[in-house]
Amino acid sequence: MPDDIKALSAQLARDPASLVFLRLGELLRQRGQLDAAHRVALTGLERHPHLADAHDLYARVLADKGDYERAFDEWDMALRIAPGHLGALKGLAFLYFKVGDVAQARAHLEAALRAAPDDPSLVQAVTLVRGGQAAAAASELAKERTAAPPPPSPPPLAPAAAHAPLEESRVFAGLEGAQEGLLLLDASGRVLGGALRDPGGHDVSEPVAAYLAGVSQEAGRSAKLLGLGTWTGLSAEGRQGHVHLAQPTRDALLLVVRDRSVPMGRLAIIAQRAAQAAHRWLEQQA
Amino acid sequence: MSAGGLAGALDLVTRVRGVRGAMLVSAADGIVVADQLMEGIKGTAVAALAGSLAGRLGRAMSAAGVGDTLFWHLQCSGGALLVVPAASGILVVAVAEPEVNVGLARLELMRAAQAVG
Repeated sequence: MPDDIKALSAQLARDPASLVFLRLGELLRQRGQLDAAHRVALTGLERHPHLADAHDLYARVLADKGDYERAFDEWDMALRIAPGHLGALKGLAFLYFKVGDVAQARAHLEAALRAAPDDPSLVQAVTLVRGGQAAAAASELAKERTAAPPPPSPPPLAPAAAHAPLEESRVFAGLEGAQEGLLLLDASGRVLGGALRDPGGHDVSEPVAAYLAGVSQEAGRSAKLLGLGTWTGLSAEGRQGHVHLAQPTRDALLLVVRDRSVPMGRLAIIAQRAAQAAHRWLEQQA
Repeated sequence: MSAGGLAGALDLVTRVRGVRGAMLVSAADGIVVADQLMEGIKGTAVAALAGSLAGRLGRAMSAAGVGDTLFWHLQCSGGALLVVPAASGILVVAVAEPEVNVGLARLELMRAAQAVG
């Protein structure tokens, strides 16, 4: 296999515009050389931004690196370019399983099966999910998605697990930045889940939560005084990063923090997804 | 800065389509420095809350390591509150309709903040 990689690398060096990067990137990914696969996929994507397979490859690498938010966006883009793209449909189904959204996972699997009715792994996965065995279907998909052993990742949520109480650390399972840029707190400024780290890597969850206590009430009062209805989100731009606050329930506040490379609009979308996860988790705890 | 200068800074903001009013608020004590608000808006109360909210948010952002606040945007079902802190400790605040061009309003708020100093 290293010889294959060498040969493909040489081929790509001779003709950088060729599509050989797809095979090379996938081979590197399967061998677990994720940083190299990431470079190859990204360079290929820059040359071929309208190629669905390039987005699919990049998404696979991102998913293996645990960057599920961006993997989702890349597979979503692949589907926009090529509706019915098999890799993207399978990838999105895989991610939906990860966040416990079995209905969406099933819908994507069924769409994939319509595109490739003879694919044995898809037939198996769809049969399992239709039979209520979502965890087994997710496992089948994970095996199929990676020819090499799958990278360590949180286990997919089965329907039973989705309805059972989850431990605190799982509130944002599967979401990008779950343990460094997503924080759930109550109205008194106590941390409920997630974690926040400053650029130096220090855990700043508790002081940030304490400072944000009461923000929800003040935002609500300001909106009421101004006749603006109810507040739905608070975005802020800092010199080194962006933050977004949302209210998953009346008594809870969600904070999402990212560096300035993440635009405010995209941050709002990330926050919306995280707020949905937090809402589900809080309901399970009630 | 003269009263005319403050009014000029607020004009930059209120001429943006969808902005219902604007005011300058002292961040330290939440007191209105100047305003151009539509009738019926309780400027003093809003200023106090905006000042307090800015303080909490600023401390949280500093603790989170994202640095000083450059702009914040409270999104509501019926509109928005947009705020840019000026270097002098004044908050430039706009009250806007839901359809406001937030990007344009942000730019004008920043120009106003520069004018205020």
